[in-house]
Amino acid sequence: MSAEPINAANPIDGASIPAVDRRFRLQWEAAQNAHVLLYPEGMIKLNASAGEILKRCDGKATLADITANLEKAFEASGLSGDVFAFIAMAVEKKWVTLL
Amino acid sequence: MNARAKVPGPPLWLLLELTYRCPLHCAFCYNPTDFAKVGAELCTEDWLRVLREARALGAVQLGLSGGEPLARDDLELIVAEAHRLGFYINLITSGVGLNETRIAALKAAGLDHIQLSFQDSSKQMNDFLSSTRTFDLKSKVAALIKQYDYPMVLNVVLHRLNIDHVEEILNMADRLGAEYVELANTQYYGWAWHNRDQLMPSRAQVERAEAATKRFRERIGRPMQIYFVVPDYFERRPKPCMNGLGSIFLTVTPDGTALPCHAARMLPGLEFPNVRDSSVEHVWFDSPGFNHFRGDDWMKEPCRSCPEKARDFGGCRCQAFLMTGDAANADPVCDLSPHHHLVTEAVANAERQRPPEEKPLVFRTPANSATLFP
Repeated sequence: MSAEPINAANPIDGASIPAVDRRFRLQWEAAQNAHVLLYPEGMIKLNASAGEILKRCDGKATLADITANLEKAFEASGLSGDVFAFIAMAVEKKWVTLL
Repeated sequence: MNARAKVPGPPLWLLLELTYRCPLHCAFCYNPTDFAKVGAELCTEDWLRVLREARALGAVQLGLSGGEPLARDDLELIVAEAHRLGFYINLITSGVGLNETRIAALKAAGLDHIQLSFQDSSKQMNDFLSSTRTFDLKSKVAALIKQYDYPMVLNVVLHRLNIDHVEEILNMADRLGAEYVELANTQYYGWAWHNRDQLMPSRAQVERAEAATKRFRERIGRPMQIYFVVPDYFERRPKPCMNGLGSIFLTVTPDGTALPCHAARMLPGLEFPNVRDSSVEHVWFDSPGFNHFRGDDWMKEPCRSCPEKARDFGGCRCQAFLMTGDAANADPVCDLSPHHHLVTEAVANAERQRPPEEKPLVFRTPANSATLFP
């Protein structure tokens, strides 16, 4: 159920497929002008970039797809370092599972 | 400065106490001891309106509690509307009444999570502390919660009579497959306040329980989040109660009275609005009861000039009132409070062994409520 720790045997790469962990629900909250992660009796308010990344973690797109999609949406390039670092943190916090 | 400059944020946390009816009679319940005098429960349509109005203000975490919320046969309707509105829905239950038909219907309605209470790890103590035969039933409900793939939070309120069983309680939680365990030391409000002398653990008990929890955390081989809520009487600084009254938390009690915390109805001189005749927007932004303890204008010394006031908001208003008679005093848990000796004396008193017949526990029953408040 929990994500495997990220290490040499379980690296994140462009082919990794991230999904929001089943124990969390990602939702846009207009009143907070933010995406939030909801879980039993708790809530994490996400900053804008975290929300943009997580809402693309649908269990189908690869990290390469997600990065390309973000670069297109925000007319940016070279985002993969930031995206990979965020996903590594989110896996560590168990917000995200790699399929 | 315009009037909206001091407007609080949304009531992110909405707690609906749907009923004070409860099949259990726990001696540590935080419900008011005069619950038998509380008037008629809101009807379904009132609860649905409260949900819609609160959601429109930005409420997102919803607790359905009581009493026992399953005592309401419209619980499934309430859950369905809350789900449609986008709430994350937590059912806080004793498990009594949660058969397979209802747990399946609640899942279909969109219930997100179930918090199941146990009173202890043994049938004998669970049934004594709740004054009911419910242990076997709760164990069956725990299996149903897993079967229907809800995240399970096991909640056990700790006190002198069960705190020595923390290791067994954690083993039970592991066996039942709980993903979260709340070891919630008793907070002394309502029935727990009435029974405080009999429920307060000794400092040595608290330390042993913390050590047992730490050992278990190191031993367990799967993800299980364990919250050990330290009893605030054993601390030197108060808890930041409700993150300050009127800041994120809104409770609606069975008769529709809206409160900034579960226990606030006891605070004297404050009038709390009722959702039967007030909108949730009025309750939250405009009612004097919700505005009274916002900010720090109400504070007295030593809080007023304290550099820590932004962190703990002076602690708990209800505890200040219960122990000192003035809700604007510092929470006496704080060792800067001139009333701190009231807390240390209560803790010292708990060290004294006393025969159980000296002052028996008073269980939370309608009959006892009516006796206490004739």
